Amino acid sequence: MATPTREFTAGTRIAFPVVLGIIPFGLVVGVTATESGLPPGLGVAISAIVFAGASQLATVQLLDAAAAVPVIVLTALVINLRFVMYSAALEPHVRGIRRLVRLSMAYLLTDQAFAISLVSWSQRPDRPHHQWFYFGVALPLFAMWMITTVIGVYAGALVPESWGLGFAVALVFMALVFPAVTDRASAAAAVAAGVAALLADPLPLNLGLPIAALAGIATGMIAEGRAE
Amino acid sequence: MTAWVVVLLVGAGTLALRSSFLVFLGDAPVPERLERGLRFVPAAVLTAIVVPEVLRPAGAIDVTFGNPRLLAAFVALLVAWRTRNIGLTILAGLVAQWLVQAALA
Repeated sequence: MATPTREFTAGTRIAFPVVLGIIPFGLVVGVTATESGLPPGLGVAISAIVFAGASQLATVQLLDAAAAVPVIVLTALVINLRFVMYSAALEPHVRGIRRLVRLSMAYLLTDQAFAISLVSWSQRPDRPHHQWFYFGVALPLFAMWMITTVIGVYAGALVPESWGLGFAVALVFMALVFPAVTDRASAAAAVAAGVAALLADPLPLNLGLPIAALAGIATGMIAEGRAE
Repeated sequence: MTAWVVVLLVGAGTLALRSSFLVFLGDAPVPERLERGLRFVPAAVLTAIVVPEVLRPAGAIDVTFGNPRLLAAFVALLVAWRTRNIGLTILAGLVAQWLVQAALA
């Protein structure tokens, strides 16, 4: 029989390996923030205020490069556009839940929390107290994120440059790409975006990113249309 | 000061994105085009970020073996594909990069 506590612990149990996998990610984010010149307080705060690693990395790097404020904000939000998709996918499952609770769920939304809870919700759509399952997944992720950020921010200064941790940033994104490529159309989208990104890289104002993203999305939609 | 403003703007904007359907647009019909396009956002955006980082680390395109990031990227992609685990991918990629750098030295 489902109870809030049972659901919460079920979520935590299932999320456990993913929470461990967050450790290097959070450390990289913390170290990068410090290496980009952010004061430690901000380096830690950004992980709580934004709570989205890929965009945090882009933000601190662009701040370091003294990019224009609108450019940084837009870049970060383009990277985080996928949360709109997650939000739309979860919406049918959270109807009837109080708005304030849904806002907390929204705040805690991450790629991992989304993936795990969506699977669980799809398998058992009418399970009561299922929002507690979600919190069981999302809260430990948040806690581990903040803990590793703090460690990364303060220990970051001690990590030698030669360790090539700058590359770790790209690796994070690579790890996130794979679950996103699920079929021919999304593979086409990725390839097109990659090629466009290479060509558009020299463009000023970091315009290469949104342009390449649009090229990828357009290609994906065309490829999808062809497959029908 | 600027940094704080940027971070707060990104944070507010991101929360808005996350809340879009969960909190606000519950019953609003999603335009079909938008829905179809949104599906490709993660793959497109993440690849657009990664590819220049790997193939163009210093400005000019470098697809030779002298680019340690290239080989390390292959290893990382393999690990990402097999394990779907962010932590393992990062570790594998860093180890691979370190090994390639050592081999080239």
